[in-house]
Amino acid sequence: MKRLLAIELQKAWKNKASRVLTISYFVLLSFLALIASIKFDVLGIQIRIADQGIFNFPYIWHFNTWLADWAKLFLAIVVVSMVSNEYSYGTLKQNLIDGLSKKEFLQSKFLTVIVFSLVSTVFVFALSLVLGLCFSSYNEPGIIFSDLDYLIAYFVKHVCFFSFCIFLAILVKRSAFALGFLFIWWVFEGMLQHLILPKIIGSTEVSARIVDFFPLESMANLIKEPITKFQAYKAIENQVNAGAAPKDYSVHWYEISVVVIWTVFFFITSFKLLQKRDL
Amino acid sequence: METILSISNLNKRFGPLHAVKNVSLEIKKGNVYGLLGPNGSGKSTTLGIILNVVNKTSGDYAWFGGKLETHEALKKVGAIIERPNFYPYMTAEENLRLVCKIKGTPYSKVTEKLELVGLYDRRNSKFRTFSLGMKQRLAIASALLNDPEILILDEPTNGLDPQGIHQIRDIIKQIAAQGTTILLASHLLDEVEKVCSHVMVLRKGEVLYSGAVDGMSSKQGFFELQSDDLQRLVTVLQQHRSVEKTQLENGKVLVYLKAPLEAHELNRWLFEQQIVLSHLNFRRNSLEEQFLEITKTLA
Repeated sequence: MKRLLAIELQKAWKNKASRVLTISYFVLLSFLALIASIKFDVLGIQIRIADQGIFNFPYIWHFNTWLADWAKLFLAIVVVSMVSNEYSYGTLKQNLIDGLSKKEFLQSKFLTVIVFSLVSTVFVFALSLVLGLCFSSYNEPGIIFSDLDYLIAYFVKHVCFFSFCIFLAILVKRSAFALGFLFIWWVFEGMLQHLILPKIIGSTEVSARIVDFFPLESMANLIKEPITKFQAYKAIENQVNAGAAPKDYSVHWYEISVVVIWTVFFFITSFKLLQKRDL
Repeated sequence: METILSISNLNKRFGPLHAVKNVSLEIKKGNVYGLLGPNGSGKSTTLGIILNVVNKTSGDYAWFGGKLETHEALKKVGAIIERPNFYPYMTAEENLRLVCKIKGTPYSKVTEKLELVGLYDRRNSKFRTFSLGMKQRLAIASALLNDPEILILDEPTNGLDPQGIHQIRDIIKQIAAQGTTILLASHLLDEVEKVCSHVMVLRKGEVLYSGAVDGMSSKQGFFELQSDDLQRLVTVLQQHRSVEKTQLENGKVLVYLKAPLEAHELNRWLFEQQIVLSHLNFRRNSLEEQFLEITKTLA
C-alpha cells in the first residue's frame, strides 16, 4: 500500500500544475478564517460575522465543512488530470508493462484520493478548532466535540466525489471532457429533479426523493446548507414563518451509506472498464 | 534449456479482424529472437497480450513456466513498446526512480543504467526536452533497470536517424553479448539478421516460419548463371537431377536446387553438355529475400 501511494504521490507532486492547484486548494481553505474579519452594515447596525455565532461550537463544524466543500472543485481538476494524463502520455500502458497490475494502478489512484480527502478533513478540523476556540461562546469539551459527524460526512463526500472524477476520467480519457461531463451530469440531475421527473410522476416531493439516490445529489445531502440554521437568520425566519416543521440538518447513516455505495460502484466500474479495454 | 515464455494457440480478434491467429511459440533462455512481419502482421498485438495491455480472445501464455501472475512476472521483464512513454514533466532520473518503485528495484540501478545508455549527463533534464533518440535510449535504460531475464523490444529504431539507429544497435548487441534473452520485433530485416539467432515470421497474424536464422537461409542457396545461349542453358539445366527449378532474371539464370550440388560439379557437368559459362555464382538469399519469399508463397 505504501508502495502504491509513493508511486502515485510522486506522479502528482512532480507535476507543476497539480502542485500549484493543490497548494491553492489549501490556501483557499485557509481563507475560511478570513470570514472572521468580514463586517457589514445592516440597517445602520455594524455586524461582525464572527460575533454572530457562526463560529460557535458545534455549529462551526457544520458551517465550515459546508463552506470548505466548494473548494473541492480545485482538487477535482487535479484528480481528473491525474488519471487522464496517464492515457495521453501513454504511461498507463508503460506502467502495466513495467509490472503494475490494473488493479494496483486503480488502487494507487483511489488511495491518493483517500489521502487527499483525509488531509483536507484534518485541515478543516484543525482550522475550525482554532477558529472556534477564538470566537465560540461555548468552550466546554463536551460541546466542542459534539456533532463531529459533519467531518465524517465531509470525508465520505470527498472520497465519493473524487471517485466519481476518477471514474469519469477513465471513461472518457480526456480531462477537459471528463470535467465537462461532470458539469453536464450536474445539470442533468437538476433537470431530472425539477423538470423531468415532476412531469412524469407529478409530484415534486417524490421526484426529489428519487434524485436523492443520484450521485451528486446524495453527496450534497450529506451536509445540508447551514445558513437557515444560523441563529440570527432563524430568529427572522421564525417570525415570518412561525409554526413550520423544523428542518432536519443532521447527518444520517442511510445518507452516508448511499454515498459509500456510489464510491464502491465507481471503483468497481472503473476497474471493469480498465480490464475490458485494450490499450 | 529453461523456457522463459511459452505461447500456445493464442488468438486475438478486434471485431471482424482476426489480428492474431493461433500463434504458438517458445522462448528459451539465452537466445536472441527476431519477430518479423510487415506492418499490421500482429507483432505488436502479440507482444501487447503477453505484456498485459491487450486482452487475448483465446489461447494461453505462461511466463517462467506459469508460476507467477503476469504482472509479477513482468517485474522480471524489460520491455519497450513502439514509442517511449514517460512523464514529460519529470526528469530522466525521476522517471527511472518511478519505474524502480513499480518494479521494486533499488535506486542504485538508476545511475548504472543511465551511464550504460549515455544519458547520465542529462539525468536532470526533463523528459520532454529529449530528442527521440534520447527518449528511446531512456526507454532502454528503463527496460534494463531490473536486469531483466528477457528484454522485449518492439521496433526500437523506428523513426531514428542513422546515428540513433547505430547507437541503439550497439546497445542491443552489448546486451545480447551479456547473455540476456532478447525478443526483437522489427520489420527492418538487416537489423534482425545482424543480432538474432532465431526468427519467427508473422504475416496477417499467422506464424509462417519459426526457427534458426541459419536454417531459414541455408535451405535456400541458389546459383546465378550466365552463358551465350540462355535458352539452351535452361533446357539443359532442367535435365539435371539436383535442379528443382530455373528462373530467368536480368539476363541471368537462377537455379534453385532440391539436392546439394557443388559449384565445380555443376560447372563440369555443364561443360560436358557443351555449355561454357560466362558467370557462375553461388548465393544464399539474404534474410530480406527469404522473408519476401516466405510471405509471398503462402499468400
